[in-house]
Amino acid sequence: MSRIRVVVTGLGATTPLGGDVPTTWESLLAGKSGVHKIAADWAEDLPVKIAAQAIADPAEVLERVEARRLDRSAQLAVVAALEAWQDAGYGLREENPVDRERLGVAIATGIGGMITLLNNWDIQKEKGSRRVSPLAIPMLMANASAANVSLRLGARAGAHTPVSACASSNESISLGLDMLRLGRADVAVVGGTEGVIHPLPIASFAQMQALSRRNDEPERASRPWDVDRDGFVLGEGSAMLVIETLEHAQGRGARIYGELAGAGITADAHDMVQPDPTGASQALAMTKALREADLTPGDIVHVNAHATSTPQGDVTEASSIRQSLGEDTEAIISATKSMTGHLLGGAGALESLATLLALYHRKIPPTINLDNPEPDLGIDIATKVRDLPSGELAALNNSFGFGGHNVAVAFTTAYATGGPR
Amino acid sequence: MPTTEEVRADLAEIVNEVAGVPADDVQLDKSFTDDLDVDSLSMVEIIYAAEEKFGVSIPDEEAKNLKTVGDAVAYIERAAA
Repeated sequence: MSRIRVVVTGLGATTPLGGDVPTTWESLLAGKSGVHKIAADWAEDLPVKIAAQAIADPAEVLERVEARRLDRSAQLAVVAALEAWQDAGYGLREENPVDRERLGVAIATGIGGMITLLNNWDIQKEKGSRRVSPLAIPMLMANASAANVSLRLGARAGAHTPVSACASSNESISLGLDMLRLGRADVAVVGGTEGVIHPLPIASFAQMQALSRRNDEPERASRPWDVDRDGFVLGEGSAMLVIETLEHAQGRGARIYGELAGAGITADAHDMVQPDPTGASQALAMTKALREADLTPGDIVHVNAHATSTPQGDVTEASSIRQSLGEDTEAIISATKSMTGHLLGGAGALESLATLLALYHRKIPPTINLDNPEPDLGIDIATKVRDLPSGELAALNNSFGFGGHNVAVAFTTAYATGGPR
Repeated sequence: MPTTEEVRADLAEIVNEVAGVPADDVQLDKSFTDDLDVDSLSMVEIIYAAEEKFGVSIPDEEAKNLKTVGDAVAYIERAAA
């Protein structure tokens, strides 16, 4: 089937490992952990006192007045989107050479502007309704990040916000791919963001028994597939990709990281928070992504797994990978959440970025803290940097979310141009 | 009682904090919207920050009449008297 080819030409990120893509990527290859003790006083009363906070305060990166009009999640999104946009070789709005009617945005969040919401509610209870910010709603609404990036870049082909918990930003990448393939845009900024390191979400996730309580060893807390894993580590940050049609990218001589070849989406329809233990629906998402990308299971040399370090989720995913790629798959699997923590609505985009850079640089980042792997996983997990061979390669990134959302995205080395950044 | 200049300077600090307008530009003859480019939501923030700072009440029906920095300073001086 002939279809419009879509490539990635720009990357941006602000994460627990770095304030930009080069720093984040170097730290991933170096096996660094972005998980630390929470310095704020409020953490003292919580059962979980660790998190993977964004290393560069976005409020310091942005202009002061701009920052105070944005929730932290949107601050992170704007920082990452502007890096991606400039990395793609585009200027900012004034000199934007892209037809704005053909430029789209799809930026996801799992939760939205929760910190703004809670801060304003605190103020209203304490000081009354007249002290609530008139900007509270435009700051806290889930679509604020997409809208602000659209505003900054003058993007008029639609600004979307998929919300599917921890699968959200893989869904935004999938949606961006649809926009380009359906001819609704030539270029799109896609990705996700999350900034909810606050006592309430930590308390709630902790009540669900979803978070690691390894408070005395923060850097060892996120340990996907290790027998001593005890939950995920809440992270924050944002990652963005500039995607464009191959024709548009080649027409302007853009540097190309690789092809965004396909996406596959399924829903478990099993349970609100537990994955379907058979993994069948997760496997089908991967298989659909392969199908859409015209790839076979044997083409996949690497999977950046969702693997959050929860007892059931990691095991289910090992099974679903084998179901989709085959019991004899030679794909090298890695869980970068072992280093970044779990960025919720930012996770899919950050891990898609890592998947693509692994292909581009032909180096797979390690899974750290995997001291004693769960027995019988049946997959080859990278615990050190692993090199990929030359030639045309393909990889998958998985994201699964509360609510049973499964989104797999396929990238290939096709059309990549030289000059690693 | 603070002087008119002291009220203006404190208000200028608020306008700078909220809208990023240089404090020195916030002079009595300047219109918030036409000269200082303060939008309507920022104006609401400025009003409530001024209420806190000066310990006065500026009801919405009064706030909409405060076109210039001088209008606001005069209102605050009257309300605080």
